[in-house]
Amino acid sequence: MTHVPSSDSRSPDVFADFVFFHPCYPCYPWSIPVRNAFASQLETLAATDDRIVLLSGDIGNRMFDAFKQKWPDRFYNCGIAEQSMVSMAAGMAMCGLRPFAYTIAPFITARCLEQIRVDLCYHALPVVLVGVGAGLGYAELGATHHSCEDIAMLRSLPGMTVICPGDAFEVRAAMTDVLKLEGPAYLRIGKKGEPVVHAQIPREFEIGRGLVVREGDDVCLLSTGNVLPIVCEAAGLLAQRGVSVRIVSHHTVKPLDVDLLNASFRHFPLVVTIEEHSLIGGFGSAVAEWFVDNSPRRGQLIRIGTPDAFPHETGDQDHVRAEVGLTPDAISQRVWRAWMNVAKEHALR
Amino acid sequence: MSTPADIPSLEAAARRIRGEVVAMSHRAGAAHLGSALSCVDILVAAYFGVMRIDPANPDDAGRDRLILSKGHAASALYATLAERGFFPRNWLETYGKHGGRLAEQPAPRCAPGVEAATGSLGHGLPLGVGISLAGRIQRRDYRVFVVMSDGECNEGSVWEAAMFAPAQKLANLTVIIDYNRWQATGRSNEIMALDPLAKKWEAFGWRTAEVDGHDIAALTDAMTGAGSGNGSPLAIVAHTTKGKGVSFMEDDNNWHYRAPSAAELNDARAELGLAVA
Repeated sequence: MTHVPSSDSRSPDVFADFVFFHPCYPCYPWSIPVRNAFASQLETLAATDDRIVLLSGDIGNRMFDAFKQKWPDRFYNCGIAEQSMVSMAAGMAMCGLRPFAYTIAPFITARCLEQIRVDLCYHALPVVLVGVGAGLGYAELGATHHSCEDIAMLRSLPGMTVICPGDAFEVRAAMTDVLKLEGPAYLRIGKKGEPVVHAQIPREFEIGRGLVVREGDDVCLLSTGNVLPIVCEAAGLLAQRGVSVRIVSHHTVKPLDVDLLNASFRHFPLVVTIEEHSLIGGFGSAVAEWFVDNSPRRGQLIRIGTPDAFPHETGDQDHVRAEVGLTPDAISQRVWRAWMNVAKEHALR
Repeated sequence: MSTPADIPSLEAAARRIRGEVVAMSHRAGAAHLGSALSCVDILVAAYFGVMRIDPANPDDAGRDRLILSKGHAASALYATLAERGFFPRNWLETYGKHGGRLAEQPAPRCAPGVEAATGSLGHGLPLGVGISLAGRIQRRDYRVFVVMSDGECNEGSVWEAAMFAPAQKLANLTVIIDYNRWQATGRSNEIMALDPLAKKWEAFGWRTAEVDGHDIAALTDAMTGAGSGNGSPLAIVAHTTKGKGVSFMEDDNNWHYRAPSAAELNDARAELGLAVA
């Protein structure tokens, strides 16, 4: 990857969405650090909405400098104390503020789950929890920093909206739209260096409505979260083998876009969920629950996600993704095999 | 604001509230009676002597807030709010009843004057910190009072917030700890090393005061010391007796779980100088 300019968060003008050249087909050949997109979008929103307050769990070194400078009384480093940070955010929301509480994904979810459940969900308060480094985003820091169970935990909470944007543009769109919600939301975002999938902020973005990012006829890949660029690459590989693939970014895991799911299962003989999250309780589980309850016609469902195990081997995100089968190659092979079976069954009929 | 001359009438209100609390526990068969009786004088001092509130406008943005973080003592809060005029006294008869709005631990917005759903311990203080900061951000001069139990100080989230509030110089925040020296199944100092409790808060950067938690005048004075603007938050360690006001319940931890019989209710009301059924 060639850097144009440095991605270093200590750089003074980090609010520019730095563009990196990226060799990833069929996404756009550049990437935007998702967390910088978050910081930049928050600044944009805060400029016209004085209810917005940013709480950080002692991360984002220098990334929020501009925000702090502009609105010193609307930024709080709450320390390494996620439980009290979430309760504090609830207290602020009770008074009409719109807090965004930001830290590394496992620490804004598992660490303070009970505060989320009681103070945010039970009270139905509009606090946005922002988990950075979703899934394996902090792979090299070890499983303490992985977050492959957060969707499962948060979507089980009454009233919680769970949003997993697929790229930096979806992050920006989600942040604008999330302010329309009257209850709590979890924004599960990547970290840095992720390729972008959209050319710009998708105008049609709406929480609870999936986005079709590639049209196709044979197989429908339903992606949620930061794995979207990988799914796009996998689709490119499948296309090379003659499989026409539709990709939907189901950026909202809760509530599910059931209309779009219905359409996908009606039209496609094979529907695949893909997520950088455990197969237990994640997006695939949510779709499977819906599938069982609604018995849609036609489509067969398979699910791709992380296994029920902690990775113990040292490695960066790409390394651990390879270990758990979340690479374009592994995904395309898995889908190819399933597609061959489906095609065989259809031929026998 | 009360004047010293009001104290006898506040003490009479406290006796009526205790009578209601015992009756509510009897009718509902509800636990935590000892914990509720323990904090009645704290609540009376706050709601009748200190807080800037208007029961007719319970959601006024400029009101002082009180969070009863020890949600298991909700009956004391409900009875105090009813006595203060936030809602009709006959609502108390629905306490713990099926389909009623007053649960054994308060639900969100269950009644006028109830600021938060509490019951899981260690939530009230950081909630109060958030409300206190919101006051600063929105330039409102209200004060925030958080009533906690001593057992609640076992929770780590209490100390997260305890470290944060002085760093933000939240002078408008006051914690009152109902230090009755019991928690659910034992003496609080035998379970966790709470003492010296006031010194702990002081070491965390709080102004502290220690008072007799059943002396309404002393409580009122201590709470009136709550500040505004930038400065240290205030922690008041209120030394109390669990089951206070009913001799056969005082300092007897069985009343953490027991509910009184009809005869015990009559005895309690007689001791409190109230009409007996």
